Amino acid sequence: MSRLLAFWSAHWSELVRLLGQHIMLVFVSTLVAVVIAVPLGIFASRRPRLATPLTGVANMVQTIPSLAMFGFLLPVPLVGGVGARAALVVLILYGLLPIVRTTIAGLRGIDPVVREAGIAMGMTDRELLRLVELPLALPSIIAGVRVAAVVGVGSATIAAAIGAGGLGEFIYRGLSMVDTTVILGGAIPAAGLALAVDGLLYGFERSLTRRRRRMRPAIPVAAASAILVLLFGSFVAGRRTGDTIVIGSKNFTEQLVLGELLAQSIERQTGMKAVRKLNLGGTLICDRALLTGDIDAYVEYTGTALTAVFHEPVERDPARVFEIVRERYAGTGRTLLPPLGFNNTFAILVRARDARERGLKTIDDAARVAPSWRAGFGYEFLERPDGFPGLAKTYGLRFAGTPRVMDLTLSYRALAAGQVDLIAGDATAGLIQGLDLFQLEDNRRYFPPYDAAIVARAELLLRYPEVRTVLEQLSGRISAADMRSLNYAADAEHRDIPQIVSEFLARQSH
Amino acid sequence: MPPQAIEFRGVTFSRGAERRVLDRVSLTIETGAVVALVGRSGAGKTTILKLVNRLLLPDDGEVVVEGRTTRDWDPIVLRRRIGYVLQDVGLFPHLTIGDNIAVIPRLERWPTARTKARVTELLHLVGLPPERFETRWPDELSGGQRQRVGVARALAVDPPVLLMDEPFGALDPVTRAELHAEFHRIQEQVRKTIMIVTHDMGEAFALADRIGVVDEGALVAFARPDEIRNSGEPRIRRLLDSMPVGRTS
Repeated sequence: MSRLLAFWSAHWSELVRLLGQHIMLVFVSTLVAVVIAVPLGIFASRRPRLATPLTGVANMVQTIPSLAMFGFLLPVPLVGGVGARAALVVLILYGLLPIVRTTIAGLRGIDPVVREAGIAMGMTDRELLRLVELPLALPSIIAGVRVAAVVGVGSATIAAAIGAGGLGEFIYRGLSMVDTTVILGGAIPAAGLALAVDGLLYGFERSLTRRRRRMRPAIPVAAASAILVLLFGSFVAGRRTGDTIVIGSKNFTEQLVLGELLAQSIERQTGMKAVRKLNLGGTLICDRALLTGDIDAYVEYTGTALTAVFHEPVERDPARVFEIVRERYAGTGRTLLPPLGFNNTFAILVRARDARERGLKTIDDAARVAPSWRAGFGYEFLERPDGFPGLAKTYGLRFAGTPRVMDLTLSYRALAAGQVDLIAGDATAGLIQGLDLFQLEDNRRYFPPYDAAIVARAELLLRYPEVRTVLEQLSGRISAADMRSLNYAADAEHRDIPQIVSEFLARQSH
Repeated sequence: MPPQAIEFRGVTFSRGAERRVLDRVSLTIETGAVVALVGRSGAGKTTILKLVNRLLLPDDGEVVVEGRTTRDWDPIVLRRRIGYVLQDVGLFPHLTIGDNIAVIPRLERWPTARTKARVTELLHLVGLPPERFETRWPDELSGGQRQRVGVARALAVDPPVLLMDEPFGALDPVTRAELHAEFHRIQEQVRKTIMIVTHDMGEAFALADRIGVVDEGALVAFARPDEIRNSGEPRIRRLLDSMPVGRTS
């Protein structure tokens, strides 16, 4: 609890900003959903044949998992892509169903005698709707809005995956850092917000259904204006104006660090504002965002770009991989800058003590002693074409017994604790340093290269040569050891990423 | 105002292809008359009312209101000239008693002061003191009180014609007797052309100048109460015997 409070007080302004974004996402999407869904519900309730298919479609939309929905919308022009706009579209779609349904239910629930009385008195269709039907259906409609808004608060946390901001940013950051405090730092305010929204609308609903129907508008009006002020503030703050560069990143620690690194470098040396759209879902989301201009630059790995982005066959020569990828990027209006200096490939790891005592430097060295060793691998490594089967063949590796299957993160600790003697980890994992492990050299160049390199929109680099200079200066400046200690500071020491990065940059410039 | 407020000329109305609800009904109602329509449930009495304010249009024949066939009336204008009291009243549950009565005056854009005065006047007329009832809600009232509000609402813009569909049907005999007395008092003051549907012969005798007997979609008699009472016509006699005669006034 005290760690949580410390986290909040350290990130107070960010918390307020994210909360503001979150409220804006929910408020705007719910408002638009109401504007669309209520007329739709009225329309459907007057044409019963339409009501069933309509709610059917809305039901179907509701069953699409929100993450999948964000994925579907990525390539769609105008409404898709990454950022708040796409998130709003998804949230609006989710909000429609409950409101349409309760609007129809509210209108259908009206006593037919009351409706007949209105008609017989000489009310026009519109007068009947305005004076009788809508007021009577209102409590039911508000109940639907309540559901939509509360669901919206939840779904909006996922919107952080496409860079829409909101409290989900803390949650994703916490997940990628495996830090419960950070997860709770976002999850608790989100839950609180959901409760507050629910309570506010429940009170509103009650004030309508209670016998004394003269409701005092003061509370809802005050709340609405407070929300408006908040969202206006965050809207103004979040807008992309004039000379800003948008930096993206994927959703794991190393990427967050690198994204922050790019952003701070630009801000320090050019004085331009860098907007951080960090924590975007995965490779494809970043790639798409770069294509559409939603982001201007991010860090990609050459091997990943080769196979995942451009679907080329595996290639083991780092220089060739870089050339192929650079050309493919150039063909789509993007520039791949020279690598940053570290290769985030698979790392065959042993305990540093073993390496010292037995004089092990390469995987070939390890193959000699391996028959008396136990190995532990992640499931993915055992299965991948560039994983264990090929490795064993290339180096003639044999172990005592079949390798144990274990969670990647756990395998580092299992190695340090002596439960296994060799694992395949991540070359830049902070734990390599933290647990005193040693990476054996891949002397036969079995693993494809995953050199980290900045990829940026060519147009941006042409328009802002100073940005190009800054980004090019980062080439070759980050070694695997640097990356490991940056990751270690974030993952194991739970330190603040902007802080870590700014210290690193300060050291570098000396 | 023409001497004939309402006239049915050979009116036929069917629901669907087969079911004929009314068959060539003709009748003339003079301005200021009170006509009771009696008959068994499903005989077609309510259909006759709904043809007057154009909730329904005849399949054949004509319904003429104030000298003009309902086909030619703008339904909204027509309905605002005809007060309608439903059996279940149908007060708007989200509006106070005062606001219920004020609905049509407000839609007709009466000045606020005039609407307010009219609501007060009508509440007095139906025997509900405004200071106690104007700001109350429909669900706080008894059945009889709600019926009175229904009548007040129907009279709001002073329509020349009043249609009442079993307005006192669901009430206990004492309240009903009370409302019958009230009915006479109000009719003394406002002098409307009134059509009232009832399945209670006693009520018809108590309230009406003319009684129309409806049986299986046909108007089998249309005459003064004493003529109906003493009629020797077998169909009318059978109906009279089969229908309740409540103790009234």
